[in-house]
Amino acid sequence: MAGPQVVWKGGSFGQTSRRDAWWFSPSAVLIGLSIFVVYSTWAALQNSHYTFGPYISPFYSPELFGDSPHALFGPKPGWYPSFLPFSPALFILWIPGLFRLTCYYYRGAYYKSFWADPPACAVSEPRKSYLGERRFPLILQNFHRYFLRLSYPVWGFLAYDAVMSFRFPDGFGIGIGSLILVVNVVLLGGYVFGCHAFRHLVGGTLDRISEHPVRHKLYDCVSCLNAAHRRWAWASLFWVGFSDVYIRLCSMGVWHDWRIF
Amino acid sequence: MAGQATFRIWRGDPAGGKFQDYVTPVDEGMVVLDAVHRIQAQQAFDLAVRWNCKAGKCGSCSAEINGMPKLMCMTRLNNLNLDMPVILEPMHTFPVIRDLVTDVSWNFRAKKTIKEFRPRSPDLPDGTWHMQQADVERVQEFRKCIECFLCQDVCHVLREHHKHDEFIGPRLLVHVAALEMHPLDVEDRVSDLRQKHNIGYCNITTCCRKVCPESITITENAIIPLKERVVDQFFDPLKQLFHII
Repeated sequence: MAGPQVVWKGGSFGQTSRRDAWWFSPSAVLIGLSIFVVYSTWAALQNSHYTFGPYISPFYSPELFGDSPHALFGPKPGWYPSFLPFSPALFILWIPGLFRLTCYYYRGAYYKSFWADPPACAVSEPRKSYLGERRFPLILQNFHRYFLRLSYPVWGFLAYDAVMSFRFPDGFGIGIGSLILVVNVVLLGGYVFGCHAFRHLVGGTLDRISEHPVRHKLYDCVSCLNAAHRRWAWASLFWVGFSDVYIRLCSMGVWHDWRIF
Repeated sequence: MAGQATFRIWRGDPAGGKFQDYVTPVDEGMVVLDAVHRIQAQQAFDLAVRWNCKAGKCGSCSAEINGMPKLMCMTRLNNLNLDMPVILEPMHTFPVIRDLVTDVSWNFRAKKTIKEFRPRSPDLPDGTWHMQQADVERVQEFRKCIECFLCQDVCHVLREHHKHDEFIGPRLLVHVAALEMHPLDVEDRVSDLRQKHNIGYCNITTCCRKVCPESITITENAIIPLKERVVDQFFDPLKQLFHII
């Protein structure tokens, strides 16, 4: 079906009649995500200072192979290619990384901030060609739910870590780090289980949801979390980074982990 | 707020146009449409503007106010900075008829390409059905749409890339969602969504939801669930085979 002929065509990049600070939000997202990506990549490659007492950095958990007591399968395996840098984080961090990369909220945010597609609502773009998520590579965004499924056990391990963070060598205790890891699990749980794909899978796919009372209840709960998905996304992103910073600085002796109990 | 304000209004036709400034008195409680009517009555008798209900329910007075798609009847002047000219333009995504009036008929033509409502066989001998409120709640949100087409106007796939011949836009995706999620409907529109209506063009900017005067959660409640149904059918064999979450 032929499209209509319009007057407004070929606007230059950034052209708009908007008078508000439309550039602020995409710029803030650009800065925030860039800082996180740079820091998390650096931290993941360090392979040091990722544990402190009963705490383990969420970037490194679950630690499949490594030198810390938290390692599930012992030290670096012999089959690991010697030309690749080794870090326990490299085995695991790609799961939450790809989960966030393909997340519906982040997609909308980074398409604007990093690709100006569009820069903001009703603001002209730098490119005139457009494929959207119909073609490679962005068609791969449709695999978001696979990374969601992989994120369930990762979140489970982080919950286990949070519980174990109360187990000090002298018995049960509560450190600032324990509380930080608990908050981290709560925020990540709010983000993962408020995911649009999870919402669809638990109930969105059912047109007669009243016939499934348990899934209906679950759908309502997930919808409640989903309504604030953007806030969960940012809060959990900040806190998971802060958790790593806290454990790293405690491990380096820069910060002292206060025991509350 | 009583005083005067400048309105920079786009005047033109399909061949092109230009902005023209009008200074007019403004009073407490006025909306943009009131000011346009005052300008039309006192200064520009030939100014074309479409309007009807003045209550945000007919969807006729859609335009762009200071660059953002809005209903003129629902935009109060006390929410605008009147120290600067208020810029009024017709919707960019549709052909201009004249001044602030656009031809939105493409939307109705595109709507005809969507498979119609097809209910299952009646539940009762008298030809009626049983439905639970919980099942229709989700689609009731979509029934609030007043077809102002502000979401179509702000959608960059249509506005910037002019994919009208390939993509149906957020308003019509909401229409598809209303049909597809209806508890009685048995029609399958998922293949069409991917191949004919190209839902993959949507890259979730959420601009459609932001400009909706009826506060329909277009992106999260209509478009993303439809995208997920496309994933169910075309990208997720695990769910089809094992019914896993």
